Amino acid sequence: MTTGTVSPQGDGQQPLLSLRGITKSFGAVDVLKGIDLDCYLGQVTALVGDNGAGKSTLVKGIAGTYTFDGGTYLFEGQPVNVTSPKAASDLGIEVVYQDLALCDNLDVVHNMFLGREETSGIVMDETTMERRAQETLKSLSVRTLKSVRTSVSRLSGGQRQTVAIARAVLWNSKLVILDEPTAALGVAQTEQVLNLVRRLADSGLAVILISHNMNDVKQVADSVAALYLGQLVATVRADDVTTGQIVELITTGRSGELGLAAEREVLR
Amino acid sequence: MSATIDQSATPLEDVPERATLRSATHDYLTRVRGGDVGSLPAIAGFVFLVVLFTILRPDQFATKLNWANLLNQSAAVIFIAMGLVFVLLLGEIDLSAGYTAGVSGGTLAVLMTLKGWPWPAAILAALVVGVVVGLLLGLLVARLGIPSFVVTLSAFLALQGVLLTVIGTGGTVPVRDPFVLSIMNNNMSPVLGWVMWLVVVLGYTLVELLGRARRRKAGLASPSPLIPGLRIAVLAVLLGLLVYLFNLERAVNPAIKSLRGVPLIVPIAIVFVVVLGFVLKRTRFGQHIYAVGGNAEAARRAGINVNRVKIACFMISSGLAAFGGILLVSRANSVSPSTGGASTLLLAVGAAVIGGTSLFGGKGRIIDAIIGGLVIAVIQNGLPLITQRAEIQYIVTGLVLLLAASVDAISRRRAAASGR
Repeated sequence: MTTGTVSPQGDGQQPLLSLRGITKSFGAVDVLKGIDLDCYLGQVTALVGDNGAGKSTLVKGIAGTYTFDGGTYLFEGQPVNVTSPKAASDLGIEVVYQDLALCDNLDVVHNMFLGREETSGIVMDETTMERRAQETLKSLSVRTLKSVRTSVSRLSGGQRQTVAIARAVLWNSKLVILDEPTAALGVAQTEQVLNLVRRLADSGLAVILISHNMNDVKQVADSVAALYLGQLVATVRADDVTTGQIVELITTGRSGELGLAAEREVLR
Repeated sequence: MSATIDQSATPLEDVPERATLRSATHDYLTRVRGGDVGSLPAIAGFVFLVVLFTILRPDQFATKLNWANLLNQSAAVIFIAMGLVFVLLLGEIDLSAGYTAGVSGGTLAVLMTLKGWPWPAAILAALVVGVVVGLLLGLLVARLGIPSFVVTLSAFLALQGVLLTVIGTGGTVPVRDPFVLSIMNNNMSPVLGWVMWLVVVLGYTLVELLGRARRRKAGLASPSPLIPGLRIAVLAVLLGLLVYLFNLERAVNPAIKSLRGVPLIVPIAIVFVVVLGFVLKRTRFGQHIYAVGGNAEAARRAGINVNRVKIACFMISSGLAAFGGILLVSRANSVSPSTGGASTLLLAVGAAVIGGTSLFGGKGRIIDAIIGGLVIAVIQNGLPLITQRAEIQYIVTGLVLLLAASVDAISRRRAAASGR
């Protein structure tokens, strides 16, 4: 078995996140079978794969929700032990889950600072929070929110996604993981969110984008990492592959030269 | 690359737009149309009921003596309702709050009358009993994950038995301690009433001014000064009217015993509203209560200790119920097996919900308990003046509670519909 060992953008730059030989099993089921993955600052890495390929497990392991069974986890070149979501966010890793995890009854500012409210004494420092929220949204060139004091229940799907992403970058994060950010959005809002994702990377963050939508991947990703039944079958530059090739990688684990070796060749 | 698509969106300007009275009114109307009606139905209902009863029974209902009476009748229910707001904000319920009040009242009476404890120790013990009950409820709900409905329904039955045990076979335990009785039966001197008015109005103004100064310093836009100005004016007028009315002589025969001044329970209630409102709106803990009620999973992922918030809320709720129990004892001069029973709990839940606190969690304020409690009090006080028939009183009260819950449910559906 050979995995696609294309190092699309090594270029001497040290990867922010580097996983080697990561394994994870639940009981008798091996979900991750030795994953090697590199993520670079300033780049969007698309993580693609069919349902059950292990995307969620991999991401939850990176984010500290699960701990990996084996393999090395390097962050900024240092081996780290990420055993809790808190440890991950201390390193600068933030995840935006598909359900966004927003509180509808709270406003934009309170959602962005949820669980990490600024205080002065015992009182919440509303002015500091509001100012920082506005600054963050402005730095992301978000122009779609009328007021940061609007309750989230009154925002559209795209605006909610924006708030969730802005929350992830508020904390000097270095790696932002987005789980299907456009799954529930219309055409115009998808465009908005993809632009935002691109701006995150352009502003120097590393981004992992989980997506089922090949158009999104082709439009916004720098590299594509394809998972197939717990193996990372290929890491390729997004510009070097066609949508069809990515789909083949997802569904069969190989596409021509890329991915797993063809079985016939192995037999021969 | 960065061609942002910007439809249906107003730009976030460099200088955020300043809310004027007009835009604030417009925002408020949009919210109301979107289903977020807040205390509006309760205030409308209160005015309607007062006018109705005044027209029907002008000699009995709209008397000065009856106004004071009305406050005394509703005080315990209002305090229990304030506690329930904390639990309702989580989307939980506490059906045992009524009997928690009963058991705490029973503890107070037994310790003072039968054991001879001084009042500070007895009151402290009564409050501790309430908080411990809350701790048990909270642990069962948060740690074991039993629905609060079931936990507190069981506690409702069990505490009834505890109350009987505490009181013993005598049936009724009287309380004669002047301090305990003074809580519900004494009035402030008229001058002190106006001092209270001044302190509250000035305090509120000061808080508004300081808030504006802080925002200006941080470079944030403040709403037009007309908006807080209007709020301060309304507060000053309403509270002033209350103090003025209560400062008039209301005794049937003033020559024997003069009866004037604001009932002592009013400043006590104001202190509780300020402190609890501060906790809910200004502290991280309060923020976390709203977060857990809005989306418990999101709160958990944000690192909030959801269980601890839940347990704390049940403790606060039962602690306030215990305080309500002390008020019940102070008003009745005694404790009986029915103290805190009958419809006490349902009236308290009704008060919170009528005031605008949602049964679905995440939405509510402390002041809701007062507004809703006053509506309940007017119904409880006015209906018997119109009809002596108990069956009609029960049915009407039940329907009003149902109406409040319907408003809550409908506004939630509208909010969901307008949330796109």
